[in-house]
Amino acid sequence: MNLTSTLLAFAAKVLSGAQARWIDCQPDTCQRVYFANHTSHLDPLVIWGSLPYDVREVTRPVAAKDYWSRGPIKPFLARSFNALLIDRKKIKVHQSPIELMINEIGNRFSLIVFPEGGRVPEPGMREFKSGIYYLSKKRPDLELVPVYIENLNRVLPRGEFLPVPLLSCIKFGAPIWLEEGESKVDFLTRAREAVLNLKEL
Amino acid sequence: MFQPSGDVLIAQITSRFEVLTHAPTLALLGGVLLALMIAWGVAWLLGRQSDSTVNPALVQLFDRRIRAWLLMYVILALGFILGRGATTFLFFCVSFFALREFITITPTRQGDHRALFWVFFVFAPLQYLLIFAGPLLSGLDEILVGPGPYLHGLYSILLPVYAFLFVFTRVALAGDPRRFLERTAKIQAALLICVYALSFAPALLYLDLYRHNSATGQWERWEGSTAGLLFYFILIVQLADMFQFAGSKMLGGVPIAEDISSSRTWRGILFSLAMTSLCATGLWWVTPFTWWQSACLSMVVSALAFAGGMTMSAIKRDRGVKDYGTLVEGHAGILDRIDSLCFAAPVFFHLTRYFFMVLPMAQIGE
Repeated sequence: MNLTSTLLAFAAKVLSGAQARWIDCQPDTCQRVYFANHTSHLDPLVIWGSLPYDVREVTRPVAAKDYWSRGPIKPFLARSFNALLIDRKKIKVHQSPIELMINEIGNRFSLIVFPEGGRVPEPGMREFKSGIYYLSKKRPDLELVPVYIENLNRVLPRGEFLPVPLLSCIKFGAPIWLEEGESKVDFLTRAREAVLNLKEL
Repeated sequence: MFQPSGDVLIAQITSRFEVLTHAPTLALLGGVLLALMIAWGVAWLLGRQSDSTVNPALVQLFDRRIRAWLLMYVILALGFILGRGATTFLFFCVSFFALREFITITPTRQGDHRALFWVFFVFAPLQYLLIFAGPLLSGLDEILVGPGPYLHGLYSILLPVYAFLFVFTRVALAGDPRRFLERTAKIQAALLICVYALSFAPALLYLDLYRHNSATGQWERWEGSTAGLLFYFILIVQLADMFQFAGSKMLGGVPIAEDISSSRTWRGILFSLAMTSLCATGLWWVTPFTWWQSACLSMVVSALAFAGGMTMSAIKRDRGVKDYGTLVEGHAGILDRIDSLCFAAPVFFHLTRYFFMVLPMAQIGE
């Protein structure tokens, strides 16, 4: 939490006209994992920016290390948002991304993740990667909050660097948890449905 | 020939705008404020009545509308106090937000992205900049900038010619041929309605008008304030909207096009034409018009306000939204407020410019 991140989040919010809608869910500083559809580079910025100040302080976006360590600016940005960088390329046996996340959040931080594993333009949504399943298996107490990001990919689509200031909307849905005995496929499908259901609301 | 002295420049920039020294304009501003306050008080009283005596939904609608008008009034009055440039900037902001709402409900493809960037950040500001910059160039050769308002020729064609051609080109360059004409037409419609048409409202501020003195039979310089004229115009449009709604509700009748607007009826429109011109007849003193000219112009404005409302309803119905305001929760629907203004502004501007500026200048010149 610093000046850069606050200013950037503010700019992104103004630019994208992002309106946060809390549907069956209220902002809270309890430990959560916000999982959302990924459509634009602005996603983590806008989700983070639409959280209240005290929630922001304990919320860290998860980002790809290979992308965010390149060049001089990206690592600086990653640091100012207190981002948790995950190595997509080299997944080591003794230090899996899930363990890294669990170590990093301790019993204080919440995470913002994009389980599709990459940016997908809005109408379509890819299958979820299994990260959130393993995460909630190890930490069943984490609240998993589905987030649907609407219209942000039109503000800044993939491959573009100049934004167009349209109106967008961030919807937070009711938290879900891993049910006892629920299989990985079932859980990931249910999580994906939870995000998709928010689209219509 | 090329550079006017500082005094002339300042006089050009501020001339015929001064609100605070023009008594009729002040009187109109004060009168409208008083009317709005009374209406607000009535809405407050009605809100306290029990539900059985008045329709609560109607009261709520009334209350919301009054609040919206008060907000509009305050912003506009603030603009007037800050000056002509500030008022023009204010209209630019309105255009920008309206454009944003328009494009948001319009489906676009990724191939349109760069063209949209130009529309938002180059063409929309440039249009207002040309309107604003006119007087600054008044020292230049008349041939270069044309007769006043300066740069009129350029800002009259910038968007519907140059920007339209640019949009075609930029979308084509993006390399996505699917629904090409449809996509470009949507962007062009957004520019035309939200930016081009609306920009003629602040362009009124830059007119250098004449009035006909019936005693001498001569044209003479109008000493009033163009800010008052702009306020008169906005007031007429709002009145036309209100009378349309009230007339359609009270007099009933068959809707003109039920699939587009279920509330607007021919009787409502005729009622609006009659009532608006009646009101305008009583407001001629703030303008360079005589009472009957004011009545005629207000009828044209009223008819165009209706056209604007119908057109925007059609667009909304096509996209399946009721109000632009409900599109994204919490955002005020600017487009809902300005639709009638957009359609009336260019026509009102050109009628005023032709009959109260170009024509008198030609006759005086003879």
